[in-house]
Amino acid sequence: MTEMWFLATILMLAGFTGYFAVKGVTPALHSPLMSVTNAISGIVIIGALITAGSAETQTVSFPGLAAIFLAAVNIFGGFAVSQRMLLMFKKKENTRPEQKGEKQ
Amino acid sequence: MIMHLISAAYLISAALFILAIRGLASPETARRGNVLGIAGMFLAIGATLFLPQIHNYALLLAFLAAGAAAGLIPAFKVRMTALPQMIAAFNGLGGLAAVLISLADIIAGSEMRIENTLSVIIGAVAFSGSVIAFAKLQRLLPAKPLVFPGQRLLNLALFLAVAGLGIKFVVSQEVNAFYLLTGGAIVLGFLLVLPIGGADMPVVIAVLNAYSGWAAAGIGFSLNNVLLIIVGTIVGASGMILSYIMTKAMNRSLSSVMLGGFGLNKEKDVSANGEERTVRTGNPEDAAFIMKNANKVIIVPGYGMAAAQAQHILRTMGNDLQQKYGVDVKYAIHPVAGRMPGHMNVLLAEANVPYEEVFELEDINREFETADVAYVIGANDVTNPLAKSDTTSPIYGMPVLEAGKAKTVFFVKRSLGTGYSGVENPLFFADNVFMLYGDAKKVTEEIVSVLER
Repeated sequence: MTEMWFLATILMLAGFTGYFAVKGVTPALHSPLMSVTNAISGIVIIGALITAGSAETQTVSFPGLAAIFLAAVNIFGGFAVSQRMLLMFKKKENTRPEQKGEKQ
Repeated sequence: MIMHLISAAYLISAALFILAIRGLASPETARRGNVLGIAGMFLAIGATLFLPQIHNYALLLAFLAAGAAAGLIPAFKVRMTALPQMIAAFNGLGGLAAVLISLADIIAGSEMRIENTLSVIIGAVAFSGSVIAFAKLQRLLPAKPLVFPGQRLLNLALFLAVAGLGIKFVVSQEVNAFYLLTGGAIVLGFLLVLPIGGADMPVVIAVLNAYSGWAAAGIGFSLNNVLLIIVGTIVGASGMILSYIMTKAMNRSLSSVMLGGFGLNKEKDVSANGEERTVRTGNPEDAAFIMKNANKVIIVPGYGMAAAQAQHILRTMGNDLQQKYGVDVKYAIHPVAGRMPGHMNVLLAEANVPYEEVFELEDINREFETADVAYVIGANDVTNPLAKSDTTSPIYGMPVLEAGKAKTVFFVKRSLGTGYSGVENPLFFADNVFMLYGDAKKVTEEIVSVLER
C-alpha cells in the first residue's frame, strides 16, 4: 500500500518535471523533441530485458524478446534520427563561408 | 551491493533524460542534449543486464542488436519530408513493445492486473493508432477523414467493451479476458484515427507520442520500476503539451480533433452571394522582378512545400535575394504547418536555412505590415483572414499569419481550391495578391532562374 503511494508520488513529481522541461523547448525543435521522447520512451526495454531475461519458459520469453527488438528499434532509430535533424540546425556563421565558396 | 549500484545507475540515467529534453531549449545545446539522452539509455540498459535474476544474455543481446540495426538503417535513410510517418512508425513500435511486455508479465503470472490492463490498453491504442497515422502519411490510405454512419457509437461501444473486459479480468483473474481486451483495444486504435484528416496529423502524432509514454509509465507500475515511471511520465507530459500547443494553434479542442471528420462539410461556394470576384494571376518573371526590388520578403511555407520537396530551391531563392539583391529575407512558420509539430523548421534546416532567419508566428506577425512581399508557398488556411473576422467559420479564432498585410502577396498553389478546412480564402481575391499556379518546386525554380539571369 505505501509502495503504491510512493510510486504515485514519483509519478506526480515526474509529471511536473516533464512539464517544465518540455515547456522550455523552443517550438523550432518540436520535431526533434518528438523523436527524442520517442527514443527515450524505448526505456521500456528495461522491462523487456527483465521479463525476457528472467523467464524460465519459452512462452514467457518470446513476447519479451520481441519487445526487446521493438524497443531497440525505437531507441536506436529515435536517437539517430534526432541527431540527424539536430545536426541540420545551423547558425548563420556556419553557413556563410560555405555559401561564399559556392559563389566564387 | 549490486542492487545499490543498479539503482544509482537508474537515478543518473533519469537525470540524463531530463537534461536531454532541457537541451532542446535551444539549437545550440540540443545536440549535447541528445548525446546525454543516449548516454542515459546505455547506462540504463547496461545496469539492467547486471540484475542477478537475468540469464540467457546471448539471446537478449541478439534481439537487442537486431533491433538496433532495424532502427538505425531507416533512421539514416529516411528523407526529411518522410519524417512524420517515421515518427508515427516509431511511436507504434513503442506501443507494441509495451503491449508485449504486459502480455509477458501476465503470462508469467503477475499479480499486477490493474497496472497491466491499463498499460496494455494505452499501448495497444498507441500501436494501432500509429499504424493508421503511418498509412495515411505514407499515402497507403487516403489522407482525408474516413467516416461512416454510427462510427462514434461503435467507438464508444468498443471502448465500453474493452473497459468491461478490463474490470472482468481484474476481478476474476481470467486471462482470456485480458487477451480479448488487448485485441479490442487494438481495433479501437484503428477506428479512432481513421476519421482524422491529414492536416490534423500534428495533433494525432503528438497524442500517440503521449500514449507511448503513458504505456511505459504503466509498465513501470506493473514491474515496480521507478525509472520507467519517471521516463514514461515525462514522455507522456511532453506529448500532452505538444498536442495542447497544436490544438491551441488551430483554436480547436482536443476532443474535436480526435472525433475527426473536420473539413468534410465543405461550404462549396461562398462567392455565390452575388458579388463578382476576380483573381489576379501572376507569373514567375514578375514575381522575381518584384522580389528582387523589395527591401523585405517574408516566406510562408506550408505542407505544399514539403509535398513538392521545394525547400532546397526555396533556400536558393532566399540566398539569391539576400546576396545578389540585398533583400532582407525571413521565414514565417505557423505552429501547425505541415504534418507534425516543427515539420517546417526541420525542412528549412535541412535546406541550410540558418535558424535565426526562421520565426514563429507571434514573433513575426507584426512584420508583415512592413514587408514588401509575402511569398506563400504551399500554405492556405494558416493565412486565412476569415479566422479573425468570420465567427461562423470553422477556423474562427485560429491564430493566422497576416500575410495579406504585405504590400504584395504571392500564393504558390496548384489551384484556387479551398484549404484543408474547406473554407475559401478571401485573400485570393484581394487587390495586392497574385496567384502563381503550379507545383511549388517548379514555380520557385523558374523564379530562381530569372533571379540568376
